[in-house]
Amino acid sequence: MSKGLTPSQTIGPFYVGTLVKAYRQDLAPPNVAGEHVEIVLSLHDADGMVVPDGVFEIWQANSHGRYNHPDDRRNLPLDPGFEGFGRASTWLDGSSQFSTIKPGRVPWPQGGLQAPHINVSIFARGLLNRVATRLYFEGDPANAEDPVLKMIEPARRSTLLAQRDANGTWRLPIHLGGPQETVFFDC
Amino acid sequence: MEKEIYRRPAAGTHPANLSEAYKSTPGRAPRRPAVALPHTLSEITGPLLAEERLDALENDLTRQRMGPPLGERILVHGRVLDEDGKPVPKALVEIWQCNAAGRYHHPGDQHDAPLDPNFYGGGRARADEEGRYHFITIKPGAYPWKNHYNAWRPAHIHFSLFGPSFATRLITQMYFPNDPLLPFDPIYNSVPDGARHRLQAAFDLDSTRPEWALAYRFDIVLRGRNATPME
Ligand SMILES: [Fe+3]
Repeated sequence: MSKGLTPSQTIGPFYVGTLVKAYRQDLAPPNVAGEHVEIVLSLHDADGMVVPDGVFEIWQANSHGRYNHPDDRRNLPLDPGFEGFGRASTWLDGSSQFSTIKPGRVPWPQGGLQAPHINVSIFARGLLNRVATRLYFEGDPANAEDPVLKMIEPARRSTLLAQRDANGTWRLPIHLGGPQETVFFDC
Repeated sequence: MEKEIYRRPAAGTHPANLSEAYKSTPGRAPRRPAVALPHTLSEITGPLLAEERLDALENDLTRQRMGPPLGERILVHGRVLDEDGKPVPKALVEIWQCNAAGRYHHPGDQHDAPLDPNFYGGGRARADEEGRYHFITIKPGAYPWKNHYNAWRPAHIHFSLFGPSFATRLITQMYFPNDPLLPFDPIYNSVPDGARHRLQAAFDLDSTRPEWALAYRFDIVLRGRNATPME
């Protein structure tokens, strides 16, 4: 008795503050196991201009590679106080910052493990659909064998690789269009 | 090859990223085709926000301030379902909207219409085991938005849902039945012809509260699972 899937619409420009209690930028209190990391995502349009009215959401496994979700039934520890979900609107410079932990590796359905990655959703005025991508950590040796990175033409893989700046913060610019357009996923 | 866990949306369901009539899309819509990901644990898990505590009045947007907001009080309710008609139990539903005069409580909204100090415009509800959710609010006004000459958004309420996984995440808008602005709205009309009517709520006389408020029903359908179990 399906009525059919509900279609997507833009988040529009005026959600900030009206999306009640929406924002979670500090995902990992100090007692959460794993390597604590600072991540800055920034959002850019096809002309390279920053997008100051976007929303980022992140979803990730904990340091053991376990998702806090009933469909992850593997016998790996869950960390109390770590859900793995973050949400922030972009600031005037188009960026959002998250404090979290570096996720562990999760399995690939055909065998083997994926490299550590964070799942990212992007919403904004002008985006009629959620766009999704992944953040990987540049220099992680597991990247070389990651099945998703291997699906992507080599010239575009760098659009998914966050780089560590001089302060140790991981930065990933996300380009909605233009010559550096980020690889987005249909997931 | 393993079967995918969540069904891919049928063609003709969602808007194209590039919808020229909506002038914000050309600069922001990705042009390259999205890479199809097999469904791994990263896609079939997602935030359930089950621990999130909702305050008693979060689903009543008419009682969040000192006094009652101006405008026509309405009930908005419905069910969160999957494509098989099964309820999505305990779903977190978030909404936001402008006030009865068509103005958002937001610094970026410069529309020359009054702000209502008694209306903030944001609410949350937790669906029950049957996927049923309820809000009490006021009917939002139409507002101008400069997309083209004399552009007005039809009255709408923004809805945000997570569903059971990263793959089921959905943000959408609910419209009111037979709004005369619908045929002229590029955002509503970005949805393919056969699917856009799903964004119109139904007037629900049976759920109205006599002498108090009219009611609208808006059922939300999220992606369903393929039949094969994952084990
Ligand atoms: Fe709106």
